[in-house]
Amino acid sequence: MITIFWITILLIAITMGLSLYRGVAGPGVFNRVAAVNIIGTKTIALLVVMGYYFERPYFFDIALLYAMINFIGTLVFAKYLERGELWS
Amino acid sequence: MVIVHVVVTALLGVGVFFTLVGSIGLLRFPDFYTRLHATGKCDTLGGGLIILGAMIYHFFEYPGTLLVVAKLAFLIFFIFIANPTATHTIMKAAYKTGVEPWRLGEERR
Amino acid sequence: MRLGERAFGILITFCIMAVFWILLSGIFDAFHLISGLACCAIVSIISHDLLVKGKSEKKLQKSLRLLIYIPWELWQIVLANIDVAYRVLHPRMPIDPLIIEFETTLRGEFSLTTLANSITLTPGTITILVEPERGKFCVHAIAKEPADALLLDQKMQRKVAHVFLET
Repeated sequence: MITIFWITILLIAITMGLSLYRGVAGPGVFNRVAAVNIIGTKTIALLVVMGYYFERPYFFDIALLYAMINFIGTLVFAKYLERGELWS
Repeated sequence: MVIVHVVVTALLGVGVFFTLVGSIGLLRFPDFYTRLHATGKCDTLGGGLIILGAMIYHFFEYPGTLLVVAKLAFLIFFIFIANPTATHTIMKAAYKTGVEPWRLGEERR
Repeated sequence: MRLGERAFGILITFCIMAVFWILLSGIFDAFHLISGLACCAIVSIISHDLLVKGKSEKKLQKSLRLLIYIPWELWQIVLANIDVAYRVLHPRMPIDPLIIEFETTLRGEFSLTTLANSITLTPGTITILVEPERGKFCVHAIAKEPADALLLDQKMQRKVAHVFLET
């Protein structure tokens, strides 16, 4: 079973690398924001599987916290790009 | 115990497949709006299935700590609410700033 | 807000926060429980109107109908992902995007949010704009068939209106 977790971690890391190409070469800022949001979502799944691979139960709290940080970060970025300022 | 390992492997495999499809769609689609279609739908379900597989593995392998299963269930619920909202917000910002949508027959951008 | 509604809002927020505290900490001795409940009380007194809005009738019936609506929603999510996987992995990539607008009869906040979330999670459509006064939606569709399923069939609008008793 540990081998299955190791293969899953490797495959998720490969998909993160594929999304990173869009984050570097996407024309304009919106493609890059979408790529960063996707890498954040994949990080949550990666953290949960790593918690089982290394047999440490504290990774799930970090995954929950990073899910909220990723969500708030994308919302703040989108609000700034729409209005040109954060507080009016 | 073998049946639990088979079910968890199947769930993890399907979750990784959907995540991979979402990433390939991010590279292959010709426009910003269509790329958001690929990532906003596929990544939500892919991540959710991976965490569901880990939840079933934990429920049968370490009985007695049900609080972790509830924590992972809340994580799945949060992903299903938060990812579509973030997708909608970034698409609204792009629409109001003036990014043009792509029609059939134009070139890639 | 009147005193009865404020007390009800404070109580509901306090219960939800206490459940989250017990879920996320996992330690059940006296010091942690009392400090946790004190924090929950302070937070729910200061900002209880962010979570529980106003008053609405027949909460129990709406919650039950929402619980019945969720499995149909999960089945639509699976269908949406199979549809996107087909469009991505096909060698010719059959997409034909277009933007459509339509109006609904829903007016409440929670029902508009549920419909926008459901449109984003169903095959082929993502919500762009929502206007709360007239119930107008602006939606980006990826091909002709999902756009027709949303415009002509109107199955999802009828289901959400049935869940929220047509608000």
